[in-house]
Amino acid sequence: MSSNGIRDRVAIVGMGCTPFGERWDKGVDDLLIDAAKEAIASAGVTLDDIDAFWLGTMTSGTSGITLSKPLKIDYKPVTRVENFCATGSEAFRNACYAVASGAYDLAMAIGVEKLKDTGYSGLTGIRPVGDGTDAALSSPAAFSFVAPSYADRYGVDPEEMKQVMSRIAWKNHRNGAVNPRAQFRKEISMETITRSPLVAGNLGVYDCSGVSDGSAAAIICRAEDAHRYSDNPLYVKALSFVAGPGGGFIDPDYDYTTFPEVVRSAEDAYQQAGITDPRASLAMAEVHDCFTPTELVLMEDMRFSERGLGWKDVLAGTFDRDGELPVNPDGGLKSFGHPIGASGLRMLFECWLQLRGEAPPERQIATVAEGRTLGLTHNLGGAPGECVSFVSIVGPDLAD
Amino acid sequence: MTDGIVSWGSYLPYWRLQRSAIGASLGGPAGRGSRSVASYDEDTTTMGLEAGRRALAALDGPVPEDLFFATPAPAYLDKTNATAIHGALELPGWAGAYDMIGSVRSSVGALRAARGVAGDHRAVAVLSDLRTGLAGGSEERDSGDGAVALVFGADDDDAVVAEWIAHAGTTAEFLDRWRTPGETDSKVWEERFGQEVYVPLVHQAWSEALKSAGVTATEVDHVAVVGLHTRAVGAVRTSLGVRPEAVVADRAATVGNLGAAEPGAALADMLERAEPGALLALVVVADGADVVLLRATDALPAARQARHAAGLADVADQAASGPGDLPYARFLTWRGALLREPPRRPDPERPGAPATWRSTPWKGGFEASDCRSCGFRHLPPARVCLRCRTIDEMDRVRLADVGGRVATYTVDRLAFSMSPPVIGAVVDFDGGGRYRCEMTDADPDAVAIGTRVEMVFRRLNTAKGVHNYFWKARPVDVPGDADDEGEDA
Repeated sequence: MSSNGIRDRVAIVGMGCTPFGERWDKGVDDLLIDAAKEAIASAGVTLDDIDAFWLGTMTSGTSGITLSKPLKIDYKPVTRVENFCATGSEAFRNACYAVASGAYDLAMAIGVEKLKDTGYSGLTGIRPVGDGTDAALSSPAAFSFVAPSYADRYGVDPEEMKQVMSRIAWKNHRNGAVNPRAQFRKEISMETITRSPLVAGNLGVYDCSGVSDGSAAAIICRAEDAHRYSDNPLYVKALSFVAGPGGGFIDPDYDYTTFPEVVRSAEDAYQQAGITDPRASLAMAEVHDCFTPTELVLMEDMRFSERGLGWKDVLAGTFDRDGELPVNPDGGLKSFGHPIGASGLRMLFECWLQLRGEAPPERQIATVAEGRTLGLTHNLGGAPGECVSFVSIVGPDLAD
Repeated sequence: MTDGIVSWGSYLPYWRLQRSAIGASLGGPAGRGSRSVASYDEDTTTMGLEAGRRALAALDGPVPEDLFFATPAPAYLDKTNATAIHGALELPGWAGAYDMIGSVRSSVGALRAARGVAGDHRAVAVLSDLRTGLAGGSEERDSGDGAVALVFGADDDDAVVAEWIAHAGTTAEFLDRWRTPGETDSKVWEERFGQEVYVPLVHQAWSEALKSAGVTATEVDHVAVVGLHTRAVGAVRTSLGVRPEAVVADRAATVGNLGAAEPGAALADMLERAEPGALLALVVVADGADVVLLRATDALPAARQARHAAGLADVADQAASGPGDLPYARFLTWRGALLREPPRRPDPERPGAPATWRSTPWKGGFEASDCRSCGFRHLPPARVCLRCRTIDEMDRVRLADVGGRVATYTVDRLAFSMSPPVIGAVVDFDGGGRYRCEMTDADPDAVAIGTRVEMVFRRLNTAKGVHNYFWKARPVDVPGDADDEGEDA
């Protein structure tokens, strides 16, 4: 596979992100307008200045009109994209490529999802008419295969495994507690997390991300134009995306302790960005913590931890906000919920704040002051064995 | 040329409801014994298919080219139910499949229809019933659910295990029991009236059958009298003039009266006991009377051995097993008599007719595809090989009858089910292949990695009136199923 990347060819010059949560007060249009308004203000531009738009949403609308109508966009290209949980990131990735190609000078990537209007708990998908033979397992159930397999493979005692999972939830809720945009802004005790009612397998309620509404947006221009809009832009170092062959459900060799799609996309991104040791190079990572065991396996799939040792790093606090490599310093999906189209851009928004020193002091990560500059965002969409994975790497400095 | 039964298969569902549980819930008398209960994901079609699979599993020689499906509780009207069984058994496309809907008597019609074509080709009669009734009533208490399949053929390959000697019947129009379409509770007239009408009708048919066969009542070695009119059946049993020990016991105490499946269960039970040469009689008391006389052949013992070797359980063994702790509230929920609060999740989607039709070998026959180039097995069948990426070089293989083991599993408390929680299992099949599916007839606390499973045909859900049939895995060491010896062998 040849993946050349567009390292340092485009930059983010403005971002916006709505508060996430049960936004009974806001419709899809309102959320889009709020995120777009904040993003253009941040870049110091108007909607008129933007040449093309990429909208990510899975269930809250179809076609570019979902965006062009509320924003009253004047006869410009608006592309609606969907790629499971990486939908927002996919909007960003394609907007970046459009700008890098020279087709447009200024593009907006925006994502939105309005999950709470459905009246259902958990995610609801839109499926094509089929033969009815798909096993109707819920997402928590599909991911619940991971924890026991991991514990079995690496000899982690089930009780200890539950502690590891709870520690991840505890960390992300602790981070979200001080983030005004988060859906859940409260620390949750280890005991409460560990004892929460079971949803699937040994996943309790607190091992699962929430369901929320939200929107986030980014303004993208060519790197050489960045300083026309911003004194401190973020340059795109890597963008990778893979869709797997979906063999995990039928391959007897698959053991649910890794997501091959994530391994592939992370390695591609590291290669694009020139990173050899991600744990030592990254200032932070925003990863797809849809369920606590997912985050654990991601630490190993993205080489933040050695195989089989991620659980020890979790317990050691390596990925805490004040740890060696802060993971989900904004609170992650655990604290924000997961409005599909918005999540990827929400992760970028945290990089935007942290890497440029704009995060409030009470939740500023220390790694930036220590001289690390790169942030990573990641989404996983689908289920273990059958998924897509996205990784981006961004940073405020142009490479030599 | 003689003809008759060449194979049989019986299916009694896993669950048993203690009659005492009804009394305990409703405050009535305790009641004795238990009844068999079709699970929430079973209906007369799925039970019929299971019985059919078992009949065919022990069958040597040609497959049936006609299928007659009898049930008073069809899953569909207007649409033929026998076609789902035909499809899941993967009978040839030219083989017929016909429903006989409406009463216990339809089962006799199915048996006679199957036997009627046996001189030309083999045919299978599938008798299936899911008995309902109002809460606390005798219909609910004394009935049971189950299915039996009997394959008929001629003796050109010495396959006939019971030769069809004679049939005689009487037909009468009178109100014994009735139920209008859509209702779940049958009405019955005063019992003494039915007895008065039935007994002479049976005696007339009985005499005709004996005369036609050229035998006397005392020559009959085993006689089973079946019917839903308990009082008439009882009176007939003691008035046929047979030797007292010839009257075979029913399974009222353990599984209840199987209604339209009861004639089949009685026949299967006699075939599982009779010596070669024994004269068997089936007496069906339903809207008249039917008497069938059969003679066990020398092929019967070998057929029984083959069945046991294949892990097929006898009716008596199935009747004697099954977990007896089904809560009455769960039984009522399964039968739709207790409307429960659903989870706040979307309703299941209706499967599409064209997509379902295209995937018939997968959905009905649980066919996988094996890559000719590297051997990798795909479920569902794929055109491009996952391992070596070869395109369109696949062989189909049916895995419906192949066992497997649980590679991993989970208990899903969020997914919609009539009987939560859903158990999801990743199954590795013997000889290769992995699939993720639902488990059924299983206790979440008893499932473990390594648990042996078999595939069973179930109704996943019903959406907009469409029954979504597909395969689930169930533990094989459950009571009422293939015994462990057969499985290990």
